[in-house]
Amino acid sequence: MIRPIASLGRGTLDALSALGRAAMFLAQSVLGIPSREGWHLWLRQMHFIGVMSLAIVLVSGLFIGMVLGLQGYTILVDFGAEDALGQMVALSLLRELAPVVAALLFAGRAGSALTAEIGLMKATEQLTSMEMIGVDPLRRIVAPRLWAGFISMPLLTVGFSVVGIWGGYLVGVQWLGVFDGSYWSNMQSSVAFVDDILNGMLKSVVFGLVVTWIAVFQGYDLIPTSEGISRATTRTVVYSSLAVLGLDFVLTALMFGELG
Amino acid sequence: MKRSKMMEFGVGLFVLAGILGMVFLGLRVSGISLGVPQDTFTLQANFANIGGLKSGSRVAMAGVTIGRVSDVELDTEWLDARVTMELDEDLEGKISRDSTASILTSGLLGEQYVGLSVGGDPEMLEEGDTIRDTQQALVLEQLIQQFVSNMTSE
Repeated sequence: MIRPIASLGRGTLDALSALGRAAMFLAQSVLGIPSREGWHLWLRQMHFIGVMSLAIVLVSGLFIGMVLGLQGYTILVDFGAEDALGQMVALSLLRELAPVVAALLFAGRAGSALTAEIGLMKATEQLTSMEMIGVDPLRRIVAPRLWAGFISMPLLTVGFSVVGIWGGYLVGVQWLGVFDGSYWSNMQSSVAFVDDILNGMLKSVVFGLVVTWIAVFQGYDLIPTSEGISRATTRTVVYSSLAVLGLDFVLTALMFGELG
Repeated sequence: MKRSKMMEFGVGLFVLAGILGMVFLGLRVSGISLGVPQDTFTLQANFANIGGLKSGSRVAMAGVTIGRVSDVELDTEWLDARVTMELDEDLEGKISRDSTASILTSGLLGEQYVGLSVGGDPEMLEEGDTIRDTQQALVLEQLIQQFVSNMTSE
């Protein structure tokens, strides 16, 4: 009788303390950025997290845009409204698909690598030895990665949107014969810069923060064994995907729903 | 050193591409213009029913866009819709007093917009004037209702 209740309590306490550790961790490492010698560390991470993710994000964006063009066309042409294709492609990319899909790809491509890297550093006691020689690992290892993820994510999302809209153009206009002018003009008349584009960017900033935070924290907080690293890497991808999809609904409700 | 320069270059290109992408989204996709806001003059018109017109909808004359709707509100005195429009300044003093404003639809399922057609009055509308002669939006349900009641009364 007591056992299950006690285990429930232990689970809750564990979850709460992990949440607390994660929050402390975030606060300490984000505050630790503005140092001049941290510049090249940040640059290195920007290269690894941002530039190296560009290929997968752009290719996915192109295909998603092309699929949207194709699917949208077959649906809209039934109503004789294929001129609204540009509007459909642009709005669905800017508001939803670009931030969400880019964040999911980012979690798989960069998040898992971050967790494994930091986890291995912890398992081989590099983090502890850093502390012993008086270097703060939060500042030297974690902060550049967090900031790099935080800044890369919106840039990747912009790339995704642009390439996706171009992919929709390729399929809709070049291949299926939607009129070029109406593709762009319908898009321009329906897309609002602040409401659609900036809100989409805001989403991607939030996702970037959440995904990198989860990835780095899972690496930092894991049990330093090979099994622990593999579990933490899995957890990173699972947690960040769930967090992105869940937060996406909340943010959408606040931004575009009638709740806000 | 060489490697670090390459990396810097890569990151620089990445950030630059992001900024350019943002500019592309702003200009080409959402169609905002960077120019200074054009000088406008405002006209108002009361409609019995505006249908789906909203602030930001376009105002056209002979099919050419000459401005946009800046505000839609309920006129509490007449209990109809009061629409404020911002038009190109060039047109100030060129639209005659007996012009008609009607709410039209572009295409079958398209957006609604205000169409102005000029009358013959020598007196012209000035800043802040109200267009008297207006035609309300075509509401499909009312049209069908009329049609059905005509059919049954025959």
